[in-house]
Parts: sequence; C-alpha cells; structure tokens
Amino acid sequence: MLRHRSRLAAQVALLPAMLIALVVYCGSTGWTVWISLTSSRMLPNNNFVGLRQYEILFGNERWLVSASNLALFGVMFITISLALGFLLAILIDQRVRAEDLLRSVFLYPFSMSFIVTGLAWRFLLDPTLGIAKIAHDIGFTWFEFDWLVRQDRVIFTLLAAGVWHAAGLVMAIMLAGLRGVDQEIWKATRIEGIPAWRAYLFIVLPMLKGSFATATILMATSVVRLYDLSVAMTNGGPGIASEVPAKFVMDNLFERQNIGLATAAATSMLITVVAVVAPLLYWRSRAEKAAS
Amino acid sequence: MFSKRYLLSCAAAAVLGFAQPAAAQTAEVIHWWTSGGESAAVKVFADQFTKAGGKWVDTAIAGGPNARTAAINRTVGGNPPTAMQFNTGKQFDELVEGGLLADVDAVAAQQNWKAIIPAAIYDAVVRQGHAYAVPINIHGQNWFFYSTEALAKAGASEPKNWDELFVALDKLKAAGLIPLAFGDQKNWERNMFNTVLAGVGGAEMFTAVWGKRDANVVKGAGFKKVAETYKRLKGYVDPGSPGRNWNDATTMVIQGKAGFQIMGDWAKGEFTAAGKTPGKDYGCTVLSNSSSAGYVMGGDVFAFPKSKSADVAKAQAMLASVMLAPDTQIAFAQKKGSIPSRQDLDVSVLDACAQKAVGWLKDKSAQIPANELLSPPAVTGAVEDVISAFWNDNGMAADAFQAKVVAAFASAM
Repeated sequence: MLRHRSRLAAQVALLPAMLIALVVYCGSTGWTVWISLTSSRMLPNNNFVGLRQYEILFGNERWLVSASNLALFGVMFITISLALGFLLAILIDQRVRAEDLLRSVFLYPFSMSFIVTGLAWRFLLDPTLGIAKIAHDIGFTWFEFDWLVRQDRVIFTLLAAGVWHAAGLVMAIMLAGLRGVDQEIWKATRIEGIPAWRAYLFIVLPMLKGSFATATILMATSVVRLYDLSVAMTNGGPGIASEVPAKFVMDNLFERQNIGLATAAATSMLITVVAVVAPLLYWRSRAEKAAS
Repeated sequence: MFSKRYLLSCAAAAVLGFAQPAAAQTAEVIHWWTSGGESAAVKVFADQFTKAGGKWVDTAIAGGPNARTAAINRTVGGNPPTAMQFNTGKQFDELVEGGLLADVDAVAAQQNWKAIIPAAIYDAVVRQGHAYAVPINIHGQNWFFYSTEALAKAGASEPKNWDELFVALDKLKAAGLIPLAFGDQKNWERNMFNTVLAGVGGAEMFTAVWGKRDANVVKGAGFKKVAETYKRLKGYVDPGSPGRNWNDATTMVIQGKAGFQIMGDWAKGEFTAAGKTPGKDYGCTVLSNSSSAGYVMGGDVFAFPKSKSADVAKAQAMLASVMLAPDTQIAFAQKKGSIPSRQDLDVSVLDACAQKAVGWLKDKSAQIPANELLSPPAVTGAVEDVISAFWNDNGMAADAFQAKVVAAFASAM
C-alpha cells in the first residue's frame, strides 16, 4: 500500500515533465512536420501541398551543399576529435607533471561558445590579418594561408575550429574511462611484456566502448546543430561554400519568410538524425549490457 | 510623515492621471536603426513625436531580419508594438493578407500622398487600394562612391558609363590601389549584381527579372552580358574582401586606399562621420549605359499593427502624420543620408549626392524600383544564393548561372 502510494507520488511528480515532453517536443515536432507539407511562407497556413516543399528543397543547390558540408564536417570532426582526444588522454594518463593544469588547458576551449570560437579563428585565419599577417611582418613573405576565403578549403577551417573546441571534452571523457581501467590489467600486460601502445590500442581501447559512444553522441549533437560556428566564421561563405543545414533553416524561417521550406529542411534533418543516432543508441545499450 | 507624503503624491498622481485621460499618446516603435547616424535619425522622429504631445518608447533591435522577426512574432502573438519598421516593398505582404495591419488611409488622404510621393514608392505601401504603411524615406541603392584623391593619383576621372568605369578601374589597378572596395557578404553581392543589372541591363530588364521573374529574359543575351560584366568586377576587388563589413570597405575609400565602392546612400553616413564632404573629398554617381539615369530606389516604411484600443489607433495616426511632416522629413533625411519620400519640400539643405537623387525623382523614367519592391523575400533569398555562388565560384560560366537563376525563381511557392 505504502509502496503503491509512493509510486503514485513519483508519477504525479513526473507528470509535468512528461506533459512538457509530449506537448512541447512531440507537439512542436508534429506541427513542424505538418507545416512542411503546406505552402506556408511568412505565416503558417494549412494549405496542404504534399511533398512539394521537399521537392523544392532537394532541388536547391544551397541545401545540397549544406547537407554535404554537414556530412563531411560531421565524419571528420568526430573522427579527428576522438583520435586527438584519446591521444591527449593517453598522454595525460602517463602521470605527467602539472596534470591538473594541462587538463584545464585542454578542456578550456570547450567552455567557450561557438560564436567566440568562430570569431577568434576567423581573425587568426584571415589572410589580411591574423597568422598570415604576423608571418609576413616577421619576414616570412612567402607564407600564404587563405583557406578561409577559398571555396574548396573553407570547410576545413570550420573543422579546425570545431576540433580545437571539442578535443578537450573527448579527452576528459576518455581520461575518466582510462582511470577506470583495472590496475590488474596493466600489471598483466607488463608481465606479458606487451608494449604500452599495443596495450592501449588492443586491450584498453575496446574496454572504452561506452566512453567512445558517449563522446560520439555528444559530438554528433553539436554537428547537427552546427550553426553559430558557420555564422561567426564565414557566414556561410565564400558564396555558399560553408553553408550548413541549421543555417538554411534559420534563414528561411526568418529573413526569407519561407516557413514551409524551412520546416521541410528541419524535418529532413530530424529524419537523418534519427537514422544516425538510433543505431548508435542501440549499440551503446548493448555495450553497456555486455559490460555489466 | 514620509509615508503620508508618499501617499499624497500617489493620490495626486492618480487624480492628475484621471483628470487628463489622454495626456500622452504612447507609441512603442520597433526599428533596427542602431548605428551612430541611424540612431541620430530615429531620434528626429522621437523628438518630433514628443513635441506633438506623444510619448515615444524606443525598441531598437540590431539587424533588420531580427527586428522584423521580433515585430512579426509579437504581432501574430497578440502583443503588437504601436509601429514597426520594414523595408519598402513586399516584406509585410502577408501581414496585410492576414488582416493584421491597420490602414493609414486617413493620413494618406489628409497629406495627399498620391500627389507628393513618387509612384513606385507609393504603390509599394498600397494593397487593394488601401495604404498600409508610411514610406518615410527613399534610399538609392546603386551609388558609386569614389575617393577623389585615389582617382587623381591614378589619373582617372569620374566615369560616365560602364565602359569608362572599367577604364578608371584599370588605371587604379595600375597605380597599385585597390580599384573596388567590397564588403563581400551575400546581400552586398546581390546589391552589386543589381547595380550591374540596372546599369548595363536597364530598367526594363530589372523589373522583368525581379518583378515578372521572366525566364526568357534571364536566358537572353542581354542578361548574359550583365552576368559577365558582374563577374568582370571581381578582378578589381582585393583578396581580403570575403566576409568584410560594408562600412569597413567604405573606410578604405575614405582613406584613399581604394577607388570605388558600390553601395546605397547610407554609406554617406560613414563619410560624414569621417569629416568628408561630398563633391570635394569624395564623389557619388550612378552609372547607366542607357540615356535614363537608372536610379534604383528603395527605402523604409513603418507599418501599424491593428489594435482594438482607440488610444493606440490615435497614437498610430499621430505617428504617421508626424513622420511625414515636412520639417521631420528634411531633418531625418539629413541624418540618415536618404532623401525625403515626399517631393513637395525645399531640399536645398541636403548634400550634393542627395540633390542628384532629388533630380531623378522628378523623372519617372530615371527610376527603377528596388529588388524588395518587386520580389518577396523567399525569391530574393533564393536568387541571392545563386548570385553569391556565381560571384565566388570562378569555374561557373554565365550560362550555368542563367539556368540556376531560372531554377531559383521556382524555389518559393
């Protein structure tokens, strides 16, 4: 009886959160999907047009460039950040001196917003200011670095800023994982005479599956909502070379008064995210089950 | 003692309040004028409105799109401001269709707008016979500003048409100066394209492209020439232009580092702030290959959300008539760098560039309605993306550009 009552209390306490999830998240998502099937422009209307907005969307060059940018950025961002973060974690795991300081230094970029990160990197990479100018001023006049203003390279400047921002976080997650590895395993590898790099790569790495999945999902969310970095660093340019889907949605939602197209783009993003994240979540839950 | 005095003053205030029920018409105005010259200009409105017995509540939101979004959301959400700014043109079309705006027919009739405002600007605020906004100014968008010093150094003179422009640009280049100062952002890429479209293509092509979105015109040889001329300009901008702000580009002209800048007349504010005089330190001209001037004109308007309150309606009417009052118009134009939207005023106090523009306003064939007057934001944006891709992609041929513009016309319902 008492147990039943406390469960009821818990359910009542959870009710607002559930209502919010249902109404705000599911309701708004449903509404977004509905609007994407209408001819809405500045104001939402209910004039059903089927998949016409999607047809326009996937005929739109900027959207296609945005989507391929996101795919390229996402894959490279996650891969490089994971590799770099893991490497940093291993280095710090060697009980180096001033570990606390180094940890803070590496984690520090993550405390900055993408806007600040973007502005700082934009200044650094600007061919007439920043690094290129400093190099020229101290005599290296041959030094040229204009990736920020080159259409075929600009996405890599976003990538550099993104990795700089996220690698520290990956390091922190990985370091926590490394510190959780049983000391007995290390003793065993030493007795067996396995070199440290092999121990890390083939023994410890597979044990950190959970940490990898966590870091990957965290980074994947920042890939999908990639917006401010592009706005601050390049504003999508030169041309449309560094446009990203979230920016396409925002521009059409507000400045371009094209809600129908914006919601179609948002819905396409949602479908892609679900398609990518669902298997990851499944993998992580299996990894956790296997670990327990 | 203290509390007694406090109560008394409260009572006094209450009594006074009741005694004068409509003491001050309060008007909350949303606008995006936040830079130095702009806030000075909007202060003219605020002061005049206060003088007329109103109370101005200033809601400045930096960035046009942000300000418009906030104003639209509040209007749709039922908590509208008294007045909100738009660019002259189609940005508020759907608010009119949705019945969310109050008309200003009474003020329009009283001030006889139809007679005193240029037709294109007047038409841009009228929907189905009703005026829905106050056109407060006219901005020319296709000006060439040039540094007299830089041109003299390069041995160039003010061009009279596009061929002469390229001669001058070549001379500047040869003299080691930056021929064309450019703040390379999407909207300015579009504005530069529109400048070429107006000057090389002409008024008829301009309205056929943006207004009728005529695929045949876009596919034609005339438009191709416009595209090629536009691309030719790229050879005259410096490598630091991508992402630069327009006012930083203006500074390059002010300092004599660069020869020309293509920009709207709001750039005059920067010159004025730097203590430069038009006609002496810098020149301004509009280039056209035809006999007509080809002055591309847009501007700003204020629209008034519908309200059930009679007080609000009264404040809106007062605001509308104050904004178009002759002395307000002149004082505002001086600060803003624009020209008054009404033509029945003595404009001798305005600068040399504004005088040129006022001259063109007398001749309808010299005028071209701006992009925003002709196409809805969704279409403008889609075409802007194509223009931007064309400007930045050195491999894109004019033919491919023409085909993409046609495709972009279909990208909005």
